[in-house]
Amino acid sequence: MKKHKIGMALSLVLAAGTLLGACGKSDDTTKDQAKGGDKEKTTFSVAMVTDVGGVDDKSFNQSAWEGLQGFGKDNGLEKGKGGYDYLQSTSDADYTTNLNTLARQGFNLVYGIGFLMHDAVDGIAKQQPKTNFAIVDDEVKQPNVASVLFKEQEAAFLAGVAAALTTKSNHIGFIGGMEIPVIERFESGFLAGVKAAKPEAKVDVQYSGAFDKAELGQTIASKMYSSGADVVFHAAGATGNGLFKEAGDLKKKDPSREIWAIGVDRDQNDMGPDVVLTSAMKRVDVAVKDLSTKAKDGKFPGGETAIYGLHEDGVGLAPVNSKAPNKDAIDKAVKEWVEKIKSGDVKVPGTRDELKTFSAK
Amino acid sequence: MSKRLINLLTPIFAVLLGIILGTIIMLVSGYNPVDAFIALGQGAFGDVYQTGEVVRQVTPYILAGLAVAFAFRVGLFNIGVEGQFIVGWLAAVWVGVTFELPTIIHIPLAILAAMLAGGLWAFIPGLLKARFRVHEVIVTIMMNYIALHVVNYIVNTKMNQGSSKTGKIHETASLRSEWLSNLTTGSSIHWGIIIAIICCFIMWFLLEKTTRGFELRAVGFNQDAAHYAGMSVNKNIILSMVISGCFAGIAGAMEGLGTFGYMAVQGGFTGVGFNGIAVALLGGNTAIGVFFAALLFGILKIGALSMPLAGVPKELVDIIIALIVFFVAASYMIRIVLERFSKKGVK
Repeated sequence: MKKHKIGMALSLVLAAGTLLGACGKSDDTTKDQAKGGDKEKTTFSVAMVTDVGGVDDKSFNQSAWEGLQGFGKDNGLEKGKGGYDYLQSTSDADYTTNLNTLARQGFNLVYGIGFLMHDAVDGIAKQQPKTNFAIVDDEVKQPNVASVLFKEQEAAFLAGVAAALTTKSNHIGFIGGMEIPVIERFESGFLAGVKAAKPEAKVDVQYSGAFDKAELGQTIASKMYSSGADVVFHAAGATGNGLFKEAGDLKKKDPSREIWAIGVDRDQNDMGPDVVLTSAMKRVDVAVKDLSTKAKDGKFPGGETAIYGLHEDGVGLAPVNSKAPNKDAIDKAVKEWVEKIKSGDVKVPGTRDELKTFSAK
Repeated sequence: MSKRLINLLTPIFAVLLGIILGTIIMLVSGYNPVDAFIALGQGAFGDVYQTGEVVRQVTPYILAGLAVAFAFRVGLFNIGVEGQFIVGWLAAVWVGVTFELPTIIHIPLAILAAMLAGGLWAFIPGLLKARFRVHEVIVTIMMNYIALHVVNYIVNTKMNQGSSKTGKIHETASLRSEWLSNLTTGSSIHWGIIIAIICCFIMWFLLEKTTRGFELRAVGFNQDAAHYAGMSVNKNIILSMVISGCFAGIAGAMEGLGTFGYMAVQGGFTGVGFNGIAVALLGGNTAIGVFFAALLFGILKIGALSMPLAGVPKELVDIIIALIVFFVAASYMIRIVLERFSKKGVK
């Protein structure tokens, strides 16, 4: 009977844990409703569906939402029906429901944010031919779907250069989310960047297998730092928040220790002003704003795929932390590489196979 | 007040208390609870489409709830429903993708495969419990992780059709139907709900109407007494875990054959198995109770998706669900109050 009770307690803790897991997020995004007012009355409305990372994941989804908010403000739209809005997904099963709900609410353009939403967007686009859809990070071939891809490898390459010029132990870490093509682009670009700037530095590559597990990110980061890495880059969405937590904690314990973290998707300097070296920015916000504007002007590029790279200002490197010891050298090197990439002299590898044959001139 | 009535009233009071406390939390944090509940209701019943989605969500919840409840009745805590669910999902998709058979054979075969996979996954902790008295809670938790990573590995390396997911199952194995989908203006509802309801009957019949069920319940009430009465406790422990795993496996088949039609690499646990624990608790571990509890959870989960449209974060619904679970777990409190109340009534 005693066992009975222990089991009961355990199962309750587990059940409560999973249920409460989703409650921990702060939700300030919903509060700051746009007060843009009615500058001009438009009938155009736009909405997005986040993947499981949620709208406040401090990276990918949040960046898209910021783009949408910016678009709303510029056009005097209000948050809500008939303006701009978002829905969050907690599991893969929610994607279809959320996309369909927004289409049914009469939004003109609905974004599926993330590679994981490919099938859902594909299915719903057929069902709702009158609504325009857009998918970020993958291609869906439908007349009413626009696809947005990024050259993540170019931003990651610059981050790799910055990391290589900063590291003293010649030991760098990379934390990936799930092993999907998008993250492979980040990984390949980053490794190529390190190789180009400092071939003798080694990079420890690890995947967490999830985009929403900050505790896992922290565990991996902790292992990397304790095994001698002094710069760690993450491309893991909300999982990467654990990296900043770990780096911040270590820095607090020993302020003289030189450790750095590199952010992703948006300028993540706010995650730890003392430890964030820079961020490999993927301007989902720029793309979202850009595409929304096109759609509003009646020039929705349905069936097409837009690719945003350095050249289009769709990706880039955030300003390097002013506390970095050799900020000037990094800035100079990054600038040179940007020129080379933009001019096409250097083609940054986007897959592991391309990375094998990559050589920096 | 009869014991039966109290048993019925306890979960209802738990739900009400959860909603009341949730409302207070909304008020304190500055959200309008009326808007929130209207959005919730709209999100679940706004039109037939939403209701179709609710039914789709309820289907795996019922089966996962049955799985937890069945083991519970025999005195076992099957925390491994999540893992059994995942292996069942993969097994069903594997049959759906690999074979080409007429529907009448294909669907039952796929479900059977899911049952076998789930049953096998539960057999291991059952055997360890029966033979070596290893606590099933520990083993099943471990088995969850093994299931998650093994299945991800298989999907990624053996069945990957690009983008980290398996190919689509053949039409003949699909539980989806044009007719149902059109009826609910294009929702992802599927025939799985019928299977889930049949499973409710099976569980009720098995436990209440058969000798084997009597034995299983006897083991649940008191192992020593059951042993003294000449029943094989070990055999019943293993059997109950396997049946529980079968239910969980079928729940996985519902996702594989109905909702998705494929299996993708999972970034983490789906939560269906863990929600099953809450469903079973709220449903008092009876077949009919599980059905209604799953219905409530499905409504809350789907309804919550639309709440951000009313400016209310959907996490509030998770809080309400957590509160309901809390009050069910603390049902002793409610029972005492109810009994006091009924005694006064007699005076």
